[in-house]
Amino acid sequence: MMYVLIVFLPLLAALIAGLFGRAIGDRGSQLVTSGAVGIGAILSWVALYEVCFQHHPAMVDIFTWINSGDFDVSWSLRIDSLTAVMLVVVNTVSAVVHVYSIGYMSHDPHKSRFMSYLSLFTFAMLMLITSNNFVQLYFGWEGVGLASYLLIGFWFKKPSANAAAIKAFVVNRVGDFGFALGIMAIFLVFDSVSFTDVFAAAPDQAGKTFEFLGYHVDILTTICLLLFVGAMGKSAQIGLHTWLPDAMEGPTPVSALIHAATMVTAGVFMVARCSPIFEYAPDALAFVTVIGASTAFFAATVGLVQNDIKRVIAYSTCSQLGYMFFAIGVGAYPVAIFHLFTHAFFKALLFLGSGSVIHAVSDEQDMRKMGGLWRHIKITYVMMWIGSLALAGVPLFAGYYSKDAIIEAAFSAGSQVGEYAFWMGVAAAVLTAFYSWRLIFMTFHGKPRASKEVMSHIHESPNVMLIPLYILAAGAVFAGMVFAKYMIGHGYEEFWGEALFFKPENHIMHEMHDVPLWVIVTPLIATALGILVAFNMYIRRTDIPVQLAKTHSALYQFLLNKWYFDELYDFIFVQPAKAIGRFLWTFGDGKVIDGLGPNGISGRVLVLARRASQLQSGYVYHYAFAMLIGVAAFVSYFFFAGGH
Amino acid sequence: MLDWPILSTVTFLPLVGVLLILLTSGNEQSAARNARWVALWTTLFTFFVSLFIWLNFDNGTADFQFVEKTSWLGGGVNYHMGVDGISMLFIILTTLLMPLCILASWNAITVRVREYMIAFLIMETLMIGVFCALDMILFYLFFEAGLIPMFLIIGIWGGAQRVYASFKFFLYTLIGSVLMLVAMITMYYVAGTTDIPTLMAFHFDPDLQLWLWLAFFASFAVKVPMWPVHTWLPDAHVQAPTAGSVILAGVLLKMGGYGFLRFSIPMFPHGSDYFAPLVFALSVVAIIYTSLVALVQKDMKKLIAYSSVAHMGFITIGIFTFTTQGLEGGILQMLSHGIVSGALFLCVGVVYDRMHTREIARYGGLVHRMPRYAVIFMVFTMATIGLPGTSGFVGEFLILIGTYQVSSLVAFLATTGVILGAAYSLWLYRRVVFGELVKEDLKDIMDVNKREIIIFAPLIVIALWMGIYPTPFLNVMHASVDNLLDHHQTAMQAIQTILNAAN
Repeated sequence: MMYVLIVFLPLLAALIAGLFGRAIGDRGSQLVTSGAVGIGAILSWVALYEVCFQHHPAMVDIFTWINSGDFDVSWSLRIDSLTAVMLVVVNTVSAVVHVYSIGYMSHDPHKSRFMSYLSLFTFAMLMLITSNNFVQLYFGWEGVGLASYLLIGFWFKKPSANAAAIKAFVVNRVGDFGFALGIMAIFLVFDSVSFTDVFAAAPDQAGKTFEFLGYHVDILTTICLLLFVGAMGKSAQIGLHTWLPDAMEGPTPVSALIHAATMVTAGVFMVARCSPIFEYAPDALAFVTVIGASTAFFAATVGLVQNDIKRVIAYSTCSQLGYMFFAIGVGAYPVAIFHLFTHAFFKALLFLGSGSVIHAVSDEQDMRKMGGLWRHIKITYVMMWIGSLALAGVPLFAGYYSKDAIIEAAFSAGSQVGEYAFWMGVAAAVLTAFYSWRLIFMTFHGKPRASKEVMSHIHESPNVMLIPLYILAAGAVFAGMVFAKYMIGHGYEEFWGEALFFKPENHIMHEMHDVPLWVIVTPLIATALGILVAFNMYIRRTDIPVQLAKTHSALYQFLLNKWYFDELYDFIFVQPAKAIGRFLWTFGDGKVIDGLGPNGISGRVLVLARRASQLQSGYVYHYAFAMLIGVAAFVSYFFFAGGH
Repeated sequence: MLDWPILSTVTFLPLVGVLLILLTSGNEQSAARNARWVALWTTLFTFFVSLFIWLNFDNGTADFQFVEKTSWLGGGVNYHMGVDGISMLFIILTTLLMPLCILASWNAITVRVREYMIAFLIMETLMIGVFCALDMILFYLFFEAGLIPMFLIIGIWGGAQRVYASFKFFLYTLIGSVLMLVAMITMYYVAGTTDIPTLMAFHFDPDLQLWLWLAFFASFAVKVPMWPVHTWLPDAHVQAPTAGSVILAGVLLKMGGYGFLRFSIPMFPHGSDYFAPLVFALSVVAIIYTSLVALVQKDMKKLIAYSSVAHMGFITIGIFTFTTQGLEGGILQMLSHGIVSGALFLCVGVVYDRMHTREIARYGGLVHRMPRYAVIFMVFTMATIGLPGTSGFVGEFLILIGTYQVSSLVAFLATTGVILGAAYSLWLYRRVVFGELVKEDLKDIMDVNKREIIIFAPLIVIALWMGIYPTPFLNVMHASVDNLLDHHQTAMQAIQTILNAAN
């Protein structure tokens, strides 16, 4: 019952705020939605205690969804340790963001609509993480996509926001394309789409092959790769990442909730959930490792040069998701989920903090127009420091426990891809520290670059926005040190129960604790290095960045334009699709099909009809009518004459 | 089971309305008003009566139910009516859409209102008849005669290019039906009966099956419509009045798919099996081709018409997979498409009634003046792109699941349509509804009124119902679909032995 409440309260709230928003007013909508998600958040912590510490996982069947032949899918809730951790992440961040939004959106005329969308998103996300089958997972998956679409395009007057919303949906659909094919393949092979059945039967399929698009391929590897394409779309991995930076067109609370803490981690969650399949598909895991490591590095390089404060954090998210994926790729699922858990707190903190900055400087997002703000918004300043320290993995902060564990796990994997991931991870750590402090220095230090008018309006955010920051800051500081020993320490097996699966020969969770000292120290040095370089370039010698951009303008442009992915896709996919569409329409339908077929004939008929119409009534349809009657008469005659 | 002939009642009830309209007299205005009300009450009443079919329907059997059979015209031809799990829901779909169509035409049609309503009511009779008929001749009469009112509706109450459009529509369907007719005559000679259940059990010679299958295919493929005989549809939709489009997309297109299920698959199992790759190829081309074409349309109705062709492509694939999921998905998708594309045409009708243009570029920013309309349009946009939780998803996904069992390549190619579908639908929505409201003539456009809300409300409910809890719909189909598949399998085994013996 409690679990049903957790999942469906947000839906109820979303419906109330959405349909009756006008009747209950803005304040009513805010109370209903925040209240519902707040209750959900509290219950989620209870659930975490029940499931992970008392070891009472639960299954709730609601009702049959689709039943056709052997294909049988129910609406149901699966509450195990993995779900419980996700429940805590989703509901806590969501509750905090709901409250924060009351302050942040106080000048917006569409408050109930916004709150309704937020709750709707929360519901879809909860359906995703509580699913016990692939199809409900897909429901949540597309549902969060819808909510994301609505929220990115929330300011529907802005053409850029509309474009970004469509881009997010369509790029995600490309990922979903793979995901859907994966589900179909699963049903073909396992004759079921429920997690319980599929996971139990997965080992039997190891090493077998089936036919896919005319090739004979390994079953589990193919299925895993198809599923992973879906994960790449949702979690913005290299190649399908282009929508995430653009998604920053949405209001900042949305970026914190959807595009940092929860939705984008759905891909990580899904792959971790499918660990019983992935464990038997080592090639797929290697692919996941390479993609994750490459994304971690790639996104960090782009983050170096962005000037929009939210885009820097967006690329940082992309990069951190890469870390989670390569942790999964080397088989360290608990570490990936642990990083997901800590990341949710400090990344949401960074986003909401930057929202507080944006709020303070009259909706300016360009860091080149900020600077010197720390004196005016001290609390926000401190919050951004905490978030950055956690992100960079400075000891005792949350990121230190989870991110360094990932790097150590990659090292102890002992494989080539593991080594690649290790070095990419270290390199990305340098870059992470650099862009984080570049952000802090450009925003808060140096001379103010904003106009006098903006500077005179500058103000600290109200408490309704600051209290959420405190909560997240507490998470960013303590989530690591409190939960490390349960989630990735020696008690990890007890904590996760059956939720995460390890092949008998997968010992990475033990080996990662026995790495050489230099491996432990390297990420710390990397972080220190990044911070120092940022300090040098943005505090001591502010002329260096300008010089660098000039002397290495090709590289700078390359990074600034995000490795030209957007231009490339536009050139390869978008423009040709439209050109082909136009060609097929005018030439295929117009010239060939119509030209040869009906127009040729109907042209004749029309001429004839026009001639005839001068003699008679003048409407062509009369002739058609007559023709049909004629045909019918002819037919009847034929039948009865022939029949006897 | 009921003790009165409910199928005939439902089929011919609309004709009572026609009679009443003919009886009304008075001046132009009052006659029009009377005609509207009579048509509305008739169609509503027909709908409620038709619900008894569903209420009394036995999900457990694959046999035809509510059967009526009386000798007719002498000879072997009978007036034979009956429904099974495949046809029953199409009747409900038809009777549901009709009152909504009448409501949608309430103010839009101002000339020759009586004739318009009569045409619609006659069409309802003929459409229901198609789904009830269990005699080939009866089927043919309903099937072909149903075109005449549609043809008139486009030709008289249509747009500027209505004559061209109705002619194109007519030419295509005529060629198809002539071939079907020849096939029917041949079947009669071979099997000696026009009774559909008897023909379903009859074993046609495998070689003959191929020819018969092709002849029927010509007719049904035009109706569906399949690529490359689809070009009549965009023109017909664009020229038809809103309600005409709804019926065209909602019911008339379904007759092609229904025909495959009633004739091609049970009667010509070998032909269906042999030509399934052809159907797959044409459908896949349809999905990708028309989706790309839809992407660049400038006219709202044309865009939705092209998207219909793509969606129908999914349906034909599903039907010819010969899997439970494919067939049930196909039928469900037909119902869903009837609701959703019908609703989308109604959405276009709402703004067309106000602005008298369907050009996408003339709109933009409607959300500012029409928030309710924006919500309604959004729901159906999401349903058409198959968002889980809406009716579009369940059918489409079942079809793809079934398709994958047969061919991963076909499933792969068809699934690309899911991406393109999202692209053109969302782009249409954005250009019409989102953005700044800058166009002068849109500044005082009114939001949907009560009448329009009444039209949309049931459609929204059903689209979500079918998406969240489609079980009642699927339960109707199970027995009949299983029976169809069993029948197909045994027939195929028999044919295999014949073919092997021949070699």
